[in-house]
Amino acid sequence: MSKGKHFVVPMVCVAAVHLVTFLSGFFAPYDYSEQDRHLPYAPPSTLHFRDAQGTWHWRPSVCALVERPEQFGVYEEDRTRCFPLAFFTRGYRYSAFWLIQSDRHLLAVTPPAKIFLLGSDGYGRDELSRLLYGGRLSLCAGLLAAASSVGLGLLLGTVAGYYGGWCDAIVMRCVELFLALPWLYLLFALRAFLPLHVSPSQAFLLLIAVLGIVGWARPARLIRGIVLSEKERTYVLAARMFGGSDFYLMHQHIAPRTYGLLLTQAALLVPQYILAEVTLSFLGLGVAEPVPSWGNMLAALQQYDVLVSYWWIWAPGFALFLVCINYWRLASAMQVAAEGTAHWQ
Amino acid sequence: MKYLAHRVLQSFFLLVGVSVLSFIFVELSPGNYFDEMRLDPRISSETVSRLRMQYGLDRPLPVRYARWLDSVAKGQFGFSFAYNAPVASLLWPRARNTLVLTGSATLLAWMIALPLGILSAARRNGLVDHATLLFTALLLAIPDLLLALGLLLFAVRTALLPAGGMMAVGSEEMGAWDQTKNLAIHMIGPVLVLVLACLPTLVRHTRAAMVDALNLPFARAARTHGISPRRILFRHAFPVALNPLISLFALSIGSLLSASLLTEVVFSWPGLGPLLLEAILGRDFYVVTGAVVLASVFLVCGTLLGDFLLIAVDPRIRMEKLA
Repeated sequence: MSKGKHFVVPMVCVAAVHLVTFLSGFFAPYDYSEQDRHLPYAPPSTLHFRDAQGTWHWRPSVCALVERPEQFGVYEEDRTRCFPLAFFTRGYRYSAFWLIQSDRHLLAVTPPAKIFLLGSDGYGRDELSRLLYGGRLSLCAGLLAAASSVGLGLLLGTVAGYYGGWCDAIVMRCVELFLALPWLYLLFALRAFLPLHVSPSQAFLLLIAVLGIVGWARPARLIRGIVLSEKERTYVLAARMFGGSDFYLMHQHIAPRTYGLLLTQAALLVPQYILAEVTLSFLGLGVAEPVPSWGNMLAALQQYDVLVSYWWIWAPGFALFLVCINYWRLASAMQVAAEGTAHWQ
Repeated sequence: MKYLAHRVLQSFFLLVGVSVLSFIFVELSPGNYFDEMRLDPRISSETVSRLRMQYGLDRPLPVRYARWLDSVAKGQFGFSFAYNAPVASLLWPRARNTLVLTGSATLLAWMIALPLGILSAARRNGLVDHATLLFTALLLAIPDLLLALGLLLFAVRTALLPAGGMMAVGSEEMGAWDQTKNLAIHMIGPVLVLVLACLPTLVRHTRAAMVDALNLPFARAARTHGISPRRILFRHAFPVALNPLISLFALSIGSLLSASLLTEVVFSWPGLGPLLLEAILGRDFYVVTGAVVLASVFLVCGTLLGDFLLIAVDPRIRMEKLA
């Protein structure tokens, strides 16, 4: 297999997931907080291509759900009340990070029928919509946190490696300090000392900051190693002879040599941070309801009846698995390209 | 000996650094345990400020840190506001439970990883090798959280394993043998999660180290001399591969402790994890600090143990570091 081929599949998968979650407003049939108290834990809807009379239709339809009398959470389809799906319809307004504003939606169905492609949760909220919106939050938190911790690592690692001496000593002692702690304990400790009750957007920023701080040590150490060897290179010395300032040398000649490593480190860190966000939200220390994240959606599984009875609540877990496996593959493809072999193979 | 003393001293300063760091974080954080009390109209503000004074929260940071160090020296690790007891009395039983869990998980994981890694290195590109590679790749991608939840589902569905906890209700009246049996059954779930969580890294590193060792010129030379493959594998290659594996052992403790935190919460195992979570939600800072410092003590001890082992097995390091 050629080198490029290792990249393509995971790259496309990762890009697709990010795109779909970024445009969650378009793909999600409902808003993440839209409840239907009459339909808690509704199973995934069936799409019908045949109506009650047995005629075939190209356009699939969804039937209204009726709760069985005296049985909580058991539903039957009312085949006499089926409603065809509508595509590209107008609905509630949404925005994708203030960039795109629209009210077009991929899918909709007229009430009282509801389209729950992945079922509904305990408040009758559409699991698919929440999965998409939650994915937007979880994936963005992972990306931004990885970017900030790699950025912090680049800054401190370059400065420590370039200047050496006491500057290097201080940074490296800090690195050892951060690496000495088990990362989840460190994450918990940092989270512990920050306010508990915060608004969702503050919680999001807080998470990014905390994750960014927890993970800067490893990239910083690796970058310092590269900078130490790069600053002795002849072309760097030549540039210095020509009177290049410290900042110019670091920015123009030394830092670019670390970008390959930075990218690989970022690809390794993103899934870890997504997992960290999920873990924190799962334990109630991250983003709070009603804003969904994959972590607080999975938190419903801490109740035994949900864990056992409603398999569609596992959807965020499955999505998490797919995202993680593709990021791992991407990272190992990068390592193969950079070093000839992935370091754990 | 000088090297070892140096390492111990370094670790000690590291722990001091961890504790200072967590104290600074506490100082920066808004609010404390007694702020919640202020909202309660039944508690007067004098009572709150008296309590603050009693626990020394009105003193400046260095004084509080010095007091904390003093209580550490007395073996108390500060005072828990929520439990109204010295932190150490809360930490010890919890730490013991965490150690029971992580200790047996480490042992079991290495007992599986070493033979599997060696076997797949010895039969490179064989059936076992490919199966192991696939299996570990799959495990590597499954998050610890999902592993724990999946096993919990298995436990609840099949009723083969108890769904969480450490002892059955009424286990106090059982005999010693029954108690041990009960504990063992409750341990299966969480230990299995931890083993599965750290197995892929261990297996892959073992395999890589063995492959490297088998590719060294001396191993090839031994083969051309007609020494049996088994002897080369265990007698010649394995001691060489041991070196990176010992470093890995020290590193794996940290990730194991982290995984254990989550597993304990999911399986409601009364270890450090649930205690830490409760303390965070209750803003019981001395407990948080105590748990974090204790976890770093475990990690530092693991690293030191790794250093000692390295010196014991690798004569090159012994010559270099002890000279």
